[in-house]
Amino acid sequence: MEATDRVILAFQKGIQSDPNIQSLLNKNFPACKPILTPRWVVSTFMLIAIVFIPIGIACLIGSRDVVEVVERYETECIPVLNRTNTVQFIQSDADKTCNISMTIPKRMKQPIYVYYQLDNFYQNHRRYVKSRSDEQLKSASKENDTSACKPEDIANGRGAIVPCGLIAWSLFNDTYSFSRQNQSLTVNKKGIAWKSDKQKRFGKNVFPKNFQGGGLVGGATLNESIPLNEQEDLMVWMRTAALPTFRKLYGKIEVDLEEKEVINVTLMNYYNTYSFNGKKKLVLSTTSWIGGRNDFLGIAYLTVGMISFALSMGFTIVYFVKPRRLGDPYLLIMEQRSWIALKMFVEFF
Amino acid sequence: MHESSRRTRGKVRWSKLYSFSCLRPHTSDPDSAQELIGQPGFSRVVFCNEPQLHKRKPYKYTSNSVSTKKYTAVTFLPKALFEQFRRVANLYFLLTAALSITSLAPVKPLTLIGPLVFVVGISMLKEAVEDWYRFLQDLNVNNRTVKARAENGLFVDKLWREISVGDVVKVKKDEYFSSDLLLLSSSYEDGVCYVETMNLDGETSLKIKRSLEATLHLNEDAKFSVFKATTRCEDPNPSLYTFVGNLEFESKIYPLSPTQILLRDSKLRNTDYVYGAVIFSGHDTKVVRNSTMSPSKRSRLEKKMDKVIYLLFSMLLLISLVTSIGSSVVIKSDMSQWWYLSLEDSDPLFDPSNPSKSGFLQFIRALILYGYLIPISLYVSIEIVKMLQARFINKDKKMYDEATCKSVQARTSNLNEELGQVEIILSDKTGTLTCNQMEFRKCSIAGFSYGGNINEVDIAASKRMNTDSEAYRSSIDQSDTTSQSLEMSEFSVVDIIAQQAILRGHENADNSNARNSRLSDVRKESVIKGFNFRDDRLMNNQWIYRSDFFYMTMFFRVMALCHTGIPVEDGQTDKLKYEAESPEEVAFLIASQEFGFQFFQRTQSLMTLKELDPSSGKQVKREYKLLNLLEFSSSRKRMSVIVRDEDGKIYLLCKGADSIIFDRLADNGGAYLESTTSHLSNYAEDGFRTLAFAYRALELAEYEQWNSIFTQAKTTVGPEREELLEHATEMIEKELILLGVVAVEDKLQKGVLECIDKLAQAGIKIWLLTGDKKETAINIGFSCSLLRQDMKQFHVCLSKETESKKPAEVAHRHWHIQITRLVKKHTGKTTLAIGDGANDVGMIQEADIGVGISGMEGMQAVMASNFSLPQFRFLERLLIVHGHWCYKRISKMVLYSVYKNIAFGLTLFYYEILTNFSGDSLYDDWYMVVFNVFLTSMPVISLGVFEQDVSSDVCLQFPSLYRQGLRNIIFSWSRVVGWILNGIVAASVIFLANVYIFSAAAFRQEGHVADITQFGAIMYTCIIWTVNCQIALIITHFTWIQHLFIWGSVLLWYIFALAYGALPPDYSQRGFNILTESIGAAPLYWVATFLVTIAALLPYFTHIAVQSLLSPMDDHIIREMKHGKKDVTENQMWLREQRNSQRSTQVGFSARVDARIRSFKEGLSLKRISIYNKSATNTPFYKSWTSSPLFS
Repeated sequence: MEATDRVILAFQKGIQSDPNIQSLLNKNFPACKPILTPRWVVSTFMLIAIVFIPIGIACLIGSRDVVEVVERYETECIPVLNRTNTVQFIQSDADKTCNISMTIPKRMKQPIYVYYQLDNFYQNHRRYVKSRSDEQLKSASKENDTSACKPEDIANGRGAIVPCGLIAWSLFNDTYSFSRQNQSLTVNKKGIAWKSDKQKRFGKNVFPKNFQGGGLVGGATLNESIPLNEQEDLMVWMRTAALPTFRKLYGKIEVDLEEKEVINVTLMNYYNTYSFNGKKKLVLSTTSWIGGRNDFLGIAYLTVGMISFALSMGFTIVYFVKPRRLGDPYLLIMEQRSWIALKMFVEFF
Repeated sequence: MHESSRRTRGKVRWSKLYSFSCLRPHTSDPDSAQELIGQPGFSRVVFCNEPQLHKRKPYKYTSNSVSTKKYTAVTFLPKALFEQFRRVANLYFLLTAALSITSLAPVKPLTLIGPLVFVVGISMLKEAVEDWYRFLQDLNVNNRTVKARAENGLFVDKLWREISVGDVVKVKKDEYFSSDLLLLSSSYEDGVCYVETMNLDGETSLKIKRSLEATLHLNEDAKFSVFKATTRCEDPNPSLYTFVGNLEFESKIYPLSPTQILLRDSKLRNTDYVYGAVIFSGHDTKVVRNSTMSPSKRSRLEKKMDKVIYLLFSMLLLISLVTSIGSSVVIKSDMSQWWYLSLEDSDPLFDPSNPSKSGFLQFIRALILYGYLIPISLYVSIEIVKMLQARFINKDKKMYDEATCKSVQARTSNLNEELGQVEIILSDKTGTLTCNQMEFRKCSIAGFSYGGNINEVDIAASKRMNTDSEAYRSSIDQSDTTSQSLEMSEFSVVDIIAQQAILRGHENADNSNARNSRLSDVRKESVIKGFNFRDDRLMNNQWIYRSDFFYMTMFFRVMALCHTGIPVEDGQTDKLKYEAESPEEVAFLIASQEFGFQFFQRTQSLMTLKELDPSSGKQVKREYKLLNLLEFSSSRKRMSVIVRDEDGKIYLLCKGADSIIFDRLADNGGAYLESTTSHLSNYAEDGFRTLAFAYRALELAEYEQWNSIFTQAKTTVGPEREELLEHATEMIEKELILLGVVAVEDKLQKGVLECIDKLAQAGIKIWLLTGDKKETAINIGFSCSLLRQDMKQFHVCLSKETESKKPAEVAHRHWHIQITRLVKKHTGKTTLAIGDGANDVGMIQEADIGVGISGMEGMQAVMASNFSLPQFRFLERLLIVHGHWCYKRISKMVLYSVYKNIAFGLTLFYYEILTNFSGDSLYDDWYMVVFNVFLTSMPVISLGVFEQDVSSDVCLQFPSLYRQGLRNIIFSWSRVVGWILNGIVAASVIFLANVYIFSAAAFRQEGHVADITQFGAIMYTCIIWTVNCQIALIITHFTWIQHLFIWGSVLLWYIFALAYGALPPDYSQRGFNILTESIGAAPLYWVATFLVTIAALLPYFTHIAVQSLLSPMDDHIIREMKHGKKDVTENQMWLREQRNSQRSTQVGFSARVDARIRSFKEGLSLKRISIYNKSATNTPFYKSWTSSPLFS
């Protein structure tokens, strides 16, 4: 006997009197059967258009409200003589101070977020992403929990590196100081990390140890007297970016900047993006409800809305020009089909 | 007890009736068979009444308990696991799970092992539950009791499983035999007993078994105290019809034959008790050895699904290859410059010095990572869905047979969707289409036809013509009475019968009880079983007032005397019941009783009738001496009896096939030949089986002369005997005088006609496989409306293999299998075989779907079948409603699952491109675990269980919808590719939109930018919304269940994200507080989700909008019609369209009606041309007629 039948038999006994099953089987079970009539099609597209276009406009306005100043500096900040061999320059001990200026195109209301943007930097590379130890970051007792951190796990003969791993090791170390009209602008570096990072993921008793002590020096060094949960630059950096072009929050300028103002930035160009031809940009940006400057969302909304509107119009026209009667039975294709005569087969002997 | 046994003994012993001689088993050669005993294969020794001797070797045989379980507690795990990993997909997942433990894995091992354990666990749980029920059923069987002789000489109740070989058991009336028994004695003195073998071979007739003379006396409990005997016989084997063995009893050896063997699972009937010794027990019994499991079959759709899975595998391989090549190119070219990866420390996966090796390792990692392309949960959801579908099929009240209290049972749930693609039905005849019961319907005596001359086709045709013309009239607002009368008169000129039909059709519809002597009301069940005849000219003894009553008398005498039946007392009434070799004879005997010729007694040479004497009108008893009986055979096609009545006159009474009788008529014997022939052809078209009756008066001298020749021929021994007999009968069966013909209906099962009609409209071809003779088969063809007179008939017959000496039933079975195989192979279509008996088992097993009729008690066919129906007619609903639904459901399920896994899996691949093919996954491991298992599985299951494109009523009204399954348009390759494309589009839209929305700039007012985790969670949200909304677009039938599952799944994602995020970061890791802290608070997240979901669905929605506008599918139109309440407001039109959709079929009742209407119309137009002149054609009425739908 085949398998299921007994189960089914047993079910049958149990459900013989089950009113729910019976009502499901019978037609009195309330059901809705939507049908795609032309009216529905047209109104759906129209509805999408009606909803999407305003949202698109709102998003676009939200995005246009944002004032963003971007300054690319990775070439500019190399002395002209060294530009043929940028990698050698960046790895040397030469003075890497660099002055650039940014012109504010439009009044920027505080807070103004300062970002650095890296390009062609694969923070999402698997080898990179995995090279960290969350346990170690969180509690001092897990200091030696560095198995995932190779090769930046242990400093030669001095024990575990805290924080270990490639991510921490390659911490961004360009610094910026801003001034306008020779008056320096304070950059608030507090409150740039996620709250959960400060409170739960980075321990307050965990202090950097042997950092950048594993032979090669990668990026920034950390002040060993400050616990990790106050090292906000590290926390921001360790939130690895999903895409090869990314911005990281550097700090906040908490004064308004006026239109046409020129901001002078003294930056220390330490970070080596030259090996892999990465660009470096300094970004000053305000935010609106949709975040930073990004027209894509608004444009996408408008595009989808427009397409829907066009489709809605198109269907209306087709409906008027070449109407199809709803439920027109003559369209039943089964009618057109003449099937071969069904034959009876008589077998006898 | 004595009372009843005496009564039984008073009856005629069937075994003594010559006509049953054919039922006696033929042992090929008893002497040579006896020599085999003791040889290999015939080594079994049984010590009867000494079961203790069978406790030790070498005589220790298997116990009587039977087990059908697949697993035991020990074997369950390995066996069930092995079964699970025979599936390619599961094997792949096992492999990835194994690899996930290695460092190659892109995700945590749990991500891969979890779903696999879940899926395999559910399947194994199902297996375990099923096996548990098998165990319970075994327990039930093994715990039945039987009286067996205990040590102390008493017969006590013993459980079946405790019975052992050698036990003497006493089986009572209507009990089943617990094992294969050697019959020792019975309640009858001559040691016979009757058994019903329905459970073995599906035959309803009783079989006679007979004990050896030597053991006859052992018919009391006490007599067994000294009984000892030894049986030597064949080893256990599955052959039900053979047995070789002997019995050594009181130092004599008696040969045994199958007559002495009572088989397990057959039932004792008409016998108070029997004593038997157990010969074979448990798994050694013939029925268990012979038991046929239904072979596991896979549906076409599932086989195609495998191919779809292979397609997905190749996609998987392709993108893995792309990843691997991309990875090695990147590693080789410039990755070494990426100092932040610190590649000097050699990592085999990113080794610039050996990029090809790294590429290969990346390939394996990619195979694991992109595994989400393969819908792991699909198999398990399909299993769950099919089980629930089967439950719905079983619970369908409309397929519940109140007569037998049985409902349809899906015995295997894995063929549900195959029911929606059946193209050829191979049907058994007897017991499936017909009840194996004959009804006396019409007769033609001396040139007059009795029993009505209008059939149901005429009635239906006239009804339809009337409704059509009425509808047409009302539609052109021309409802004045003149046109109606004109129309009626027009009909009246066509044909007198047609007119009758039309008028009667009206009457019949209005008042079915109208006293209408000549119209046999076909819809009404006959009061007397086997007799469905109404004609006031004959009934209630009215025939004696007719002028030709002599012919009538002779006619009825032929009916009452020329047969091999025996009367059976009914007890309640003075009417008798009859038992005869063929149901036709029973019908004749019942009919002759109704006409006043009651056959009420038979002895070896005397037949007694109670006749109605035409002159006095009273019943008189007349005895007829049976002189000779010339038996029926398929070559002779006739049967005769020679009787001498009380006056000493000798008559030869003959019945037979019309052509045979007509050839043997005397010169003056065919007085009514012409009218009789025309009646015959009418009867034949209605599908009745016809027989001609004739008689001949014999002179004594002539008879005696012939009798001596005949007797001599009979006593001849040798090969020429047959020829001599044939010659002798030819001499006497000539110069006959034709009396008339009778028409009996091989009664169709209830609803068969309508069912075949609907199935034919659905485009299903019906093949009738029968072992009957050609004429019978054609009759059935006509009566099922499979054949029409205007059709060309093809007969395919297979000549019998002459060399094979197999018993008839085996050969029969053999042929059925061959034909089924042939049909399957050459048409390549899905075949369904339906049958009720053991002879159909082969074809049921061989066909794509086997259906057994469970109405009768025979279980062999049901055991071998995939579905069991109590009645043939339920096939209509099973195929057209449930088959159609299940086909669509499973198709949509598979397509959607493919879509959803591509939509999800491809985003992983796209992300790889952005990570330089490094093999990192975008989503948290847990998101990947829950995607297939929790967040998207329930809507799929609700789709698979509850989806209905149209309601069951509409399915039945438009059987042509079934053709969607025949043409497989729902699961065609173009659709598969379409859905794959849809999945690719959805994945691309979701990925690109998210990349552009969340790149670089801040996504919150607080200036934060999104990291991998947040980006992944946002993208995942978009996918959950998209795939769940997509299924909402597919579903056409919403109940609260679908809504709950779809929107519940979306909601579940948020709940999951909240719960997961609330866990301490040690567990939730990157997902910590994700919804509450970061993405949930960003308006951009919600706005983006909305945009992406709509944008990803827009292509599909546009596609179906265009499709519904330009080339809508059948079910869509019908839904529109239904939606527009067209079935209510335009009832006529609805009906007409329904009919239009049916028109293309050529067989079935409706087709016959159509054909009849056509012939009416042809007649009409011919008449019209002759009646109306040119001026008449100018009248508006004529115009309206010619443009009316009747002439279209």
